[in-house]
Amino acid sequence: MNTYIHSVSLDSSKCTGCTTCMKHCPTEAIRIRNGCAVIDSERCIDCGECIRNCPNNAKKSICNSFDEIQNYKYKIALPAPALLAQFDNLDNAGFVLQGLLDIGFDEVFEVSKAAELVSAYTRLYLQTEGIKKPVISTACPVVARLIVLRFPFLKDNLLPLLPPMEVAAAMAKKEALEKHPELKAEEICTCFISPCPAKMSYARNGFGSYKSEVDLVVSMSEIYLKLINVMDREKACDAVSQAGRIGVSWAICGGEGSALLNDKILAADGINNVISVLDQIEDGNIPPIDFVELNACPSGCVGGVLTIENPYVAKNRLHTLRRYMPISLNSISDEEYIPKESFISDIPSYKPLNRLSDNLGESMRLMSQIQALRKELPGIDCGSCGAPNCRAFAEDIVMGNADRNECIIAYKELIKKYIKDYDGGETVDGK
Amino acid sequence: MAEPLVFRFEVDGDNFTSAGQASVQVKKNLRELGVDPETIRRVSIAMYEGEINMVIHAKGGVAEVIVSDESVEIILRDSGPGIANIEQAMQEGFSTAPDNVRSLGFGAGMGLPNMKRYTDYMHIDSVVGEGTTITMKVNF
Repeated sequence: MNTYIHSVSLDSSKCTGCTTCMKHCPTEAIRIRNGCAVIDSERCIDCGECIRNCPNNAKKSICNSFDEIQNYKYKIALPAPALLAQFDNLDNAGFVLQGLLDIGFDEVFEVSKAAELVSAYTRLYLQTEGIKKPVISTACPVVARLIVLRFPFLKDNLLPLLPPMEVAAAMAKKEALEKHPELKAEEICTCFISPCPAKMSYARNGFGSYKSEVDLVVSMSEIYLKLINVMDREKACDAVSQAGRIGVSWAICGGEGSALLNDKILAADGINNVISVLDQIEDGNIPPIDFVELNACPSGCVGGVLTIENPYVAKNRLHTLRRYMPISLNSISDEEYIPKESFISDIPSYKPLNRLSDNLGESMRLMSQIQALRKELPGIDCGSCGAPNCRAFAEDIVMGNADRNECIIAYKELIKKYIKDYDGGETVDGK
Repeated sequence: MAEPLVFRFEVDGDNFTSAGQASVQVKKNLRELGVDPETIRRVSIAMYEGEINMVIHAKGGVAEVIVSDESVEIILRDSGPGIANIEQAMQEGFSTAPDNVRSLGFGAGMGLPNMKRYTDYMHIDSVVGEGTTITMKVNF
């Protein structure tokens, strides 16, 4: 049974069944049924490509609403570093942090602070003898899920540390309980301000047996609208950023990698590029490198579908903001500074995508039927049948999920044949 | 006993952009069949090396992958120059790849040794001037 909770939903009143999302889905998880897009949740990796590409804004991400923080006594904001890139001419991150306090949070714990600790830990980890290289970042939840589903051989390459969002949540809760002994743990909420729906899925599903420490995930775009109403950059602000360039740079592709101060790194962005890099690593077909940073969104987290600004503009803004920042404000002098529970204890079990059957012989029989059928289909991958290409359609037919007559090209041929038979069958005597 | 499944791929010669496509496709198919990940990896490494060899030395060829109950068999056929000394070719680091290919990062002399390392059976049939057929097997 599939128990994974996703964070992409469809507004069926807006969906025209246009096939755009289906064509862009990197795992072929979408089909058009009765004029509407349907997502197969087993195949979905929450990459957000369908949201990004939908011309009718019919695909939405499911996040918590900002108002839900009111259900808790003590509210901690965990802003993703990409939040800072949404504001024009920002020369002090403190304005954004102050804004978060002004809209109702009791405390702000920057995810970029945790990111600097993760970077510091990664630098140490890379020097460990006997580890499997290249080490692959766990920061992007889409990549972590993709590896579990499709590249199980690479699971030992994953950095054994949870993403900065989780490290931040665990640290923030611990600190809050120490500072306010009168509070109970359930009265405190950690609210991640997210650039993408995948983080929402991660917070809901955890990773392996690990349960997320993030209680709420609110979209960056919702928080942005609240922030611009309260941010006053004329006034001096009390809030001071606890992170430097290294932490903030995690928002863009290459940022996490460059924090390792090591030349042997590779950074890729965009889901299809990520998949081809993973394929190459799996085949052993890459030069010797120590670390791989993979971001499902173009340009990294600033390219997430819940951000406001165009990722390239956002990148430029971060470059400007970084100029006024110290390199890093966090380091691990004693390793205990990263909470123990933030280290990965177990990896979710391998769940192969698109397996035809649990029995090899049966799978082979099904695949030979698919191959035979595919040869009979037109091969133009038009998508009108509701499958992304003729091969996927053949698979759907064999698996009993589609009817062959849904192919309009085949249908046209059938009509042509009827017309021909009709013309030939009736003798018309010249009139 | 299920009928063996055959996948056939034309490997385009002198085209490094598409080199490796067949092994990615085979990987996809084996995954759908439910083959275990370690076998998939071994097949795809052996297949990738073989594909690259066909591109570098033989101006392409045909790759056939046969899946049966017991094994995955890979047969690579080309009409290239052939291998004069198979024993020498099997040595790690021995390479006849031209400089332009080496400058692309290929031609380290690890192709054939890797193919042998990752498979349970490998046989090379080669006639100089006529071509080479390599048969490899990875058992389940």
